[in-house]
Amino acid sequence: MIAVAADPAAVYALRLADDGLVLSHRLAQWSSRAPALEEDVALTNIALDLLGQARALYARSAELDGSGRSEDDYAFLRDERDFLNCLLVEQENGDFAVTVMRQLLFSTFQLEAWTALSESSDMQIAAIAAKAVKEVTYHLDHATQWTLRLGDGSAESHVRTQAALDQLWPYTAELFENDAVTRDVVAQGVAPDPERLRMEWDASVDHVLRQATLERPSTSWAPTGGRRGLHTECFGYMLAEMQHLHRAHPGAQW
Amino acid sequence: MSDDVHEPLWEVFIRSRRGLSHNHVGSLHAPDAQMALRNARDVFTRRMEGISIWVVPSAAITATSPEERDPFFEPAADKAYRHPTFYDIPKEVKQL
Repeated sequence: MIAVAADPAAVYALRLADDGLVLSHRLAQWSSRAPALEEDVALTNIALDLLGQARALYARSAELDGSGRSEDDYAFLRDERDFLNCLLVEQENGDFAVTVMRQLLFSTFQLEAWTALSESSDMQIAAIAAKAVKEVTYHLDHATQWTLRLGDGSAESHVRTQAALDQLWPYTAELFENDAVTRDVVAQGVAPDPERLRMEWDASVDHVLRQATLERPSTSWAPTGGRRGLHTECFGYMLAEMQHLHRAHPGAQW
Repeated sequence: MSDDVHEPLWEVFIRSRRGLSHNHVGSLHAPDAQMALRNARDVFTRRMEGISIWVVPSAAITATSPEERDPFFEPAADKAYRHPTFYDIPKEVKQL
């Protein structure tokens, strides 16, 4: 039902917003199921931060493309092919190691991206980024603390954490993809060059993995498509669950 | 997972603002001190409750037991002269 926005900055903001919304929903799925109450609250705190960032970005994207879409339009009334999030954030929670590793890989990327975006030529995106940097700094710290303890923990936790890293690693290449949209927003000074982000991300992730006694995977398989609306199988199931209530009861409120 | 061996109990103290002392706010489980600090941040400061957190292993606290209540606390009950009730407190002093 929704036409794809043509304005590159609007598409770029939408991609970041969808990253936040989708990972927020994945983390919210831990609610009442985390290994301990303390972790339950920690994961849902992170989910709420990401949701807040997504809301601000949806509003900015709707302004930029002039569509005037609401947050509900974005979250509940788009189909799978309209979502532009990266594949990494939609991956299933798996065991706790998978959730922690997904957070480490993505929060490292987000922190680099938000830090650079706080100097964006788009003043509103710059303001959203400046606030998000503080939040994501904590998300990354949380994920790092757990990665160190799980990776360099018991034999079982090490095996599971390495398996989580091997499983998720292929999806990280997409984070630094260049296409017509990124080239335009980089040229406009709206967004940082993905290639520059990749160098910083590599150094930062390598440092944590080494300390956690984990081995950086060497696979060259790099699935892609999320930024164009082509998603992995698990995403459709997640959307169905996330959107069901709103679609069954349009306009439902608390 | 939050058994007492792998995730011992920690007591959490939070200072709500400068000039006040840290107050005990509750306890939680965590594998070590650094994680306890982070858990405390997540569980107890969601609504801007504090600017500083202390965590202490619950095992490090030596406490009085209920049986000791009388010898410990009863003797102070009838000694009103120990209370500083004979001073006028200036209006400007808010925290005393």
